[in-house]
Amino acid sequence: MIGREIVVLNEERFRDPRLAKALIDRIQKLIETVAQRKEGLLGTDENPINLMEVCGTHTVNIFRSGLRSIFDEMPGLRLLSGPGCPVCVTTNMDIDAALAIAARDDVVFATFGDMVKVPGSKKSFAVLKAEGASIRLIYSPTELIEIAESAPDKQVSFLSIGFETTTPGIAYAIKKAKALGIRNLSIVASNKLVPPALNALCANPDVNLNGFVLPGHVTTIIGLAPYEPVARDFAMPCVVTGFEPVDILRGVEMLVAQLSEGRAEVECAYRRAVPVNGNPDARKIMSQVFEPTDMRWRGLGVIPQSGLKLNAQYEDFDARNRFNVEASEEIENPKCRCGDVLIGKCLPTECELFGRGCDPEHPLGACMVSSEGTCAAYYRFGFT
Amino acid sequence: MEKMIRLAHGAGGVLSHELHKYIVERLGGQDASALADGAVLDLDEMGAGQGGRLVFTTDSFVIVPRKFPGGDIGKLAVCGTINDLAVMGARPVAISMALVIEEGLETEKLGEYLESAAMVAAECDVRIVTGDTKVVERGSADRLFINTSGIGITEGGNEIGPQMARPGQKILINGNLGDHSIAVVSAREGLSFAGQIESDCAPLFGLIGNVLEAAGGKVKVMRDPTRGGLASVLNEIAGSSRVNIRIDEAEIPVNDKVMGACGLLGYDVFHLANEGKCVFFIEDDDGAVENALQAMHAHPLGRDAAVIGEVEGIVDEGATPRVILKTIIGGRRIIDVLTGDLLPRIC
Ligand code: SF4
Repeated sequence: MIGREIVVLNEERFRDPRLAKALIDRIQKLIETVAQRKEGLLGTDENPINLMEVCGTHTVNIFRSGLRSIFDEMPGLRLLSGPGCPVCVTTNMDIDAALAIAARDDVVFATFGDMVKVPGSKKSFAVLKAEGASIRLIYSPTELIEIAESAPDKQVSFLSIGFETTTPGIAYAIKKAKALGIRNLSIVASNKLVPPALNALCANPDVNLNGFVLPGHVTTIIGLAPYEPVARDFAMPCVVTGFEPVDILRGVEMLVAQLSEGRAEVECAYRRAVPVNGNPDARKIMSQVFEPTDMRWRGLGVIPQSGLKLNAQYEDFDARNRFNVEASEEIENPKCRCGDVLIGKCLPTECELFGRGCDPEHPLGACMVSSEGTCAAYYRFGFT
Repeated sequence: MEKMIRLAHGAGGVLSHELHKYIVERLGGQDASALADGAVLDLDEMGAGQGGRLVFTTDSFVIVPRKFPGGDIGKLAVCGTINDLAVMGARPVAISMALVIEEGLETEKLGEYLESAAMVAAECDVRIVTGDTKVVERGSADRLFINTSGIGITEGGNEIGPQMARPGQKILINGNLGDHSIAVVSAREGLSFAGQIESDCAPLFGLIGNVLEAAGGKVKVMRDPTRGGLASVLNEIAGSSRVNIRIDEAEIPVNDKVMGACGLLGYDVFHLANEGKCVFFIEDDDGAVENALQAMHAHPLGRDAAVIGEVEGIVDEGATPRVILKTIIGGRRIIDVLTGDLLPRIC
């Protein structure tokens, strides 16, 4: 990170209180229109409009900006948090596999910092580290190359998580490692794709949603088209938006407007950052290294073609093969309700352990560990 | 003096004597005996009148990098201790300074840090009266650690402390939040946020004195939001006084660049460390708040001072005292205490 000049964008107008106020008023009016149109079947306190923000960054910013309290007090609307924190949706199966590798004497194990305290079925990276394992926290996948090169007599392995925003960087690092002939690097691939998860949510009878607030940064990579089937097949309004309060309000406004007009389309409230077609270069590098596979998500179970694995050309970098890690069973803490929290079926505050045995210093589930976890956000910013 | 500190400089022999002499010189050219292992302080000479009390504090400094925009470890070590005393309503009079030096530290750099320490001390009319120096082998410390302790005197009278917050008091701060943390991370990681951000590292004794004079006995709480930031300090005060506190985001002075950096690095500005800021809780009568604000605005360290919130109600028994942020767009959320270590070795 040496010598980087960082341009600070002026996002001031996307935090403008007057603009926010105007949007809040408009959303309220639109909800009334929905309620009239649906004659009480939607848009009332008994039958609120359920919108889901799918992305963890949205979840946190909704709290941080105070929008949570505003939505909570808005009659006829509920904003639910979804499965959009990459740490939270990583299964114990994958974490356990990574931990088994990290415990080896010949391995330096790298992970993103948010993962460290997540309890696997038996222990966490933090515990393993205290027991003497060599665990390295990284911020960017490019560090993997440096670590592998500086420890030629060790195996360097990495728990590779993240959605379409993070994965291109990992793909790039793997591609570069191969080109450089680095042989002591491998990954436990647990990368996931957002659109298949939206499908799974819509198809889940336990989940009752009326619209998706979709993440701007994922969309800068994949573009708008991958959301079309969700909107079409499930008549589900979808709006992509940014992360400032005015962006989020505008996204919600557009969703409620769709409902009030009986539309279900993919729209974008974040044109200043999202090209309609996304980033073809980033997608290309992803597809050079990874290919889609069925994958298990915490809370959602196995979703067809929702994950990524290394393709034939790069399978040498697969840590599970290299270290012969058997797939274990998925064992969850039976009391932790992360799974339900991740699909909006239960609020963190409805979990009996929330604040009573589970808090950010002593997390019992992934959702309380990650800085983007829903339980952590409720604990840090909420009124309970 | 040699160019680099060696282990032998800590062995107690001739070289130690040389190092000692060097340190004393850089700290303001005092007579070497002035920096003995102990100091005798004359209470009368220090001006401790009837009812006056001694305040004693200590702090260690391990910051990396040792030099950062707006200061260095020497300046920070003296400011930190002066500020700890000042927020207790004390006039700092004497400071001790202990150095743990890793062999290999360049002597010239050490000299630089000591000179900036001496400069702030002189500026505040505080003497560095005693000290200690240890040199440790390579790998046992990271170049230089400094511990300072300080003694100050309060005139007594007005009780000030975190347990004194009461409903209706206004909360003031003397300027922008978060400059120190962002200056240090930028220097450490080689980041630049469209120009440099300087640490706010400064001795607050003068400013605090002016505020106390302007607002009379109406100042009830003073704290410096260092590690853990404003969030820590306000939560601690809310807890000690069992009150709810409300802060208005729109009123909080923050430099645009610091705001931008927070957005990018995912920090909450309320968790960032400050080294030249003081939070005041002041009773809102007889124009005390207005007078305090004017006094701050008139001081170079208080130009961006603002009233940022107020103490709300007393908390019912069994309930948790809260620090609540009224956000720019009119929503509300809690300001939590930082969990984990956001930025290690920030001071
Ligand atoms: S509060 Fe803790 S135990 Fe309950 S669902 Fe959240 S992470 Fe799991």
